[in-house]
Amino acid sequence: MSSPRVMTYSLAINEALHQAMEADPTVFLIGQGVKSPWYVGNTAQGLLDRFGPARVIDTPVSENAVTGAAVGAAVAGMRPIVVHPRMDFMFYAFDPIVNEAANWHYMSGGCSSVPVVFWGIINRGGEQAAQHSQALHGMFAHVPGLKVVMPATPYDAKGLMLAAIRDPNPVVFVDDRWLYGQEGPVPEEPYEVEIGRGRLVRGGKDVTLVASSRMVHEAERAALLLEGEGIGAEVIDLRTIKPLDIDLILSSLDKTGRLVVVDGGWRTCGLAAEVAALAAERGFGSLKAPVVRVTLPDCPAPASAALEKVYYRTAADICRAARKLVTGS
Amino acid sequence: MTYPKEKILFFYRQMLRIRLCEEAFVDPILKGEIRTPCHLYSGQEAVAVGVCAALDERDYVFGNHRSHGHYLAKGGDMKAMAAEIFCRKAGCARGRGGSMHLIAPEAGMLGAAPIVAGTVSLALGAALAAAIRKDGRVAVSFFGDGAVGEGVVYECLNFAALKRLPLIFACENNLYATHMPIRECRVERDIWEIGVPFGIPGEKIDGNDVMAVHAAALRAVERCRSGGGPYFLEFLTYRLRGHVGPDDNIQGTHTDIRPPEEIVAWRGRDPIDRLADYIVAGGIATPAALKEIREEVRQEVAAALEFAAQSPPPPQEEVNLYVFA
Ligand SMILES: Cc1ncc(C[n+]2csc(CCOP(=O)(O)OP(=O)(O)O)c2C)c(N)n1
Ligand SMILES: [Mg+2]
Repeated sequence: MSSPRVMTYSLAINEALHQAMEADPTVFLIGQGVKSPWYVGNTAQGLLDRFGPARVIDTPVSENAVTGAAVGAAVAGMRPIVVHPRMDFMFYAFDPIVNEAANWHYMSGGCSSVPVVFWGIINRGGEQAAQHSQALHGMFAHVPGLKVVMPATPYDAKGLMLAAIRDPNPVVFVDDRWLYGQEGPVPEEPYEVEIGRGRLVRGGKDVTLVASSRMVHEAERAALLLEGEGIGAEVIDLRTIKPLDIDLILSSLDKTGRLVVVDGGWRTCGLAAEVAALAAERGFGSLKAPVVRVTLPDCPAPASAALEKVYYRTAADICRAARKLVTGS
Repeated sequence: MTYPKEKILFFYRQMLRIRLCEEAFVDPILKGEIRTPCHLYSGQEAVAVGVCAALDERDYVFGNHRSHGHYLAKGGDMKAMAAEIFCRKAGCARGRGGSMHLIAPEAGMLGAAPIVAGTVSLALGAALAAAIRKDGRVAVSFFGDGAVGEGVVYECLNFAALKRLPLIFACENNLYATHMPIRECRVERDIWEIGVPFGIPGEKIDGNDVMAVHAAALRAVERCRSGGGPYFLEFLTYRLRGHVGPDDNIQGTHTDIRPPEEIVAWRGRDPIDRLADYIVAGGIATPAALKEIREEVRQEVAAALEFAAQSPPPPQEEVNLYVFA
């Protein structure tokens, strides 16, 4: 048997886009920087040459109009993917995303739907400061009518992009520039990763680490370190943060009784708060200790590298939290 | 129109202060000592200097991602800017903002921010504050040709016109927005004309001619101060460096997407060289006198960078400081 093909996270997205556009002429890609690797890495490479400027549309700096246009095109029968090379720029586009797309199917009593992908890239670090660093997945997950996916691996990046494109609802696809070089097995043929289904990354009996996107890798690193200390950490990759795979979280909690929720977003009213609330509501009987959150502080992203170092959470922070939970110190 | 000798030499010194600062950042950027993304202002100095010299200290300015020049021209402290670009505690934003968030409220530089067109409405608000208080202040919004793709600019034009606010729309048209030449961003019409449907007068100015920039800015300020309402200035100019950092790496390689002939042609229109030629030809000052100014500025810039490079980063335990006032 030949070993599976390995490819980077960003090229896995690229392959998904190629395959989706090839399979379905209603799929098109629009947004700022689709022809500039400076904006989107190599995720869009070859698309313009292959599918032409009518379906691969680089735009003026007009997030509100361009995102609204994607929503309108979806209502009119297309399957647009609108890319925002930084999530920070999506604030101009919140109105078409939240007021229009998210509410559309409900407001129309189900007689019209919006099969659009809002692709937002987290791009932070490098002393870029508060307006060029934000991870806004928690805000989108708050909104009824939006699905939100956050792949951590190349396999999921391709499979979730394809699933998002084919989904009849608006899906926010959130990736992270820090993941673009990550390598992993990616099947060549088109496939979908089911939206709403998490993944057990590794088993452990003492504590459950729930994470998503880039933080899954920090959680895995933490689990390895903890193993060396005799602590068994189970790692769950949420993959989709709306709707959450509640059963997967609860069954793990049932086993370990302890929960550390790790999130690359802010603390208050964030993804970690939601997972913690679910554990309290539905897994209270399993809990042997209070739930712990490892998140960004409620603070904008600083510029200074010295401050960035303490601002972003790492495996060491997760270890500390898990250790304290399990051993009390 | 001509100006007193002192004023012209002031333009020269100010433009040089900006240029030599920008060029002094190149080496530390390449060495990784400066990490914050720097959108260098080299080539566009005449705009910031010509406009800000038409303002009083109490007048307001808002900038964008490319605002080192706006900050210095409006009277921001050079050492505090350099320290901010090194992301140090002594920086004008205490190392929290970096290159794209320069601010000097004491000098009327109310802030800069890299969300394209994000500060246009803030400048509108500063003009509104001046109008409510009837204090005679003028506000200037500096933004690029790329920013006129954002709808908020048109909302601001309408509101400023409607309320006759003392707001100057100062658009620096350097023909590119990151990787996009202007012809791929808008149909071929002068940008200043976007004010016309709202009844806002405007003009297109050679943005590499500081004398022309200043004359136009004086007209705009006069109109604003006398209650005539907003004014639109479109400055045609060119950046001599990359979109961000010293080189144009916007296609992922360190090659400029701009045609080489175009770059060469614009180098020939360097606003500082042009002013120097004008000064010498007009007998305003000798080449030796200009050289002396250059040497003084060089020393000032060297001292600012030295100060910045030596000063400590913000303490890590203070990461959450300044979230709330
Ligand atoms: C809302 C938003 N969208 C996109 C960007 C990315 N971006 C940074 S600078 C820039 C181009 C700005 O062009 P222009 O306004 O002409 O200014 P210049 O860089 O030419 O000075 C863009 C699109 C951004 N910073 N903010
Ligand atoms: Mg420009």
